[in-house]
Amino acid sequence: MSTNSKVLNRADLTKRLVGKLKHDEAVVAGIGNANFDLFAAGHRPQNFYMLGSMGLACPIALGVAIAQPERGVIALEGDGSILMALGCLATIATVAPRNLTIVIWDNGIYQITGKQAAATKGVTDIVAVARGAGIANASWVKDEKHFDELIDRRFDTGGPILLAVKIDDRPGVGKTIRDPALIRNRFMKGLGTGRGGPLDA
Amino acid sequence: MTWSSTFVAALKENDVRLVAYVPDNVLTPLIEGITADNYFISIGATREDEAIGVVAGAWMGGMKGVILMQTSGFALIANALASLVVPSQIPAIMVVSERGTMGEFNIGQTYVARTMRPVLDALAISHHTLTDEATMPFVVDRSIKQAITTQAPVAFILSPLLTGGNPASQTKLAKN
Repeated sequence: MSTNSKVLNRADLTKRLVGKLKHDEAVVAGIGNANFDLFAAGHRPQNFYMLGSMGLACPIALGVAIAQPERGVIALEGDGSILMALGCLATIATVAPRNLTIVIWDNGIYQITGKQAAATKGVTDIVAVARGAGIANASWVKDEKHFDELIDRRFDTGGPILLAVKIDDRPGVGKTIRDPALIRNRFMKGLGTGRGGPLDA
Repeated sequence: MTWSSTFVAALKENDVRLVAYVPDNVLTPLIEGITADNYFISIGATREDEAIGVVAGAWMGGMKGVILMQTSGFALIANALASLVVPSQIPAIMVVSERGTMGEFNIGQTYVARTMRPVLDALAISHHTLTDEATMPFVVDRSIKQAITTQAPVAFILSPLLTGGNPASQTKLAKN
């Protein structure tokens, strides 16, 4: 889908986003490059890196947002992944969590599996899909300055919001630790829900 | 107590407040009991793997949750179980109303039902087939507590012996 948006870089924008987070916001990053670039932006205990379950970044983020309504929650998801799970946009619109923001990185390809074309390269407009699903506050990011303006806000209110970004085809720059139980445990500690007790001393 | 009100009581007893479901005829009394009760936050999901994701996220955020689905819905969630719930050690509580057996009229349901227990066994997920109201409270309460304590998923399969099965089957089965 062609837009008037400038083609941006996922790693750069992920760093910009993480740099804005001042209230221990939870960030759930989808399988592949979305979480590799989040990992590379600097580990935070409130980051959840998905190592599987393609398409579930937004549902997982919705669950966190429901459980912790006072915390801002951000889902970072690729266009191929969200195409696999478009129904969740309707669910999110229906639940309408004010503390949930979704960022879709759209390069029009399945970059990590060999750059095969996705429907988003042709006719599918993710912002139009989100609006049609009922997420009225959905928009294309025009350029870096526009992205900075859109994320210069508190994430615990105003949602649900979806931002779609046209990005280049560069692979993710980080290498996430491949230990789901450790990642889950660290995330829960970051959210104040983890076990540990004397083991943390 | 009906099986559905027994189940609602067990969820409350164990502080399971989030219910993510995809509708099913047999589950209707359970879904109605939950959506009418302000204790619960109920989410109508579009797919069963989406419901798994929501409950997984809520668990990490400190809220216990359950997923309600039919056998055919369970067949959609193998990847979410194998690549999220099991390796992350997330105590997802699943309730599956069992079709495909004891009076099924839809041939597709009979095949999809046969995939359920092999998938659960392959992933070493505890599962209990609930057949009668007398033993159900003990099985459900103890197994939810075990799931939470051991950080492992559990599936409750609602047999037609418990629920009476799909009400449409009586009229749709062949009369010989």
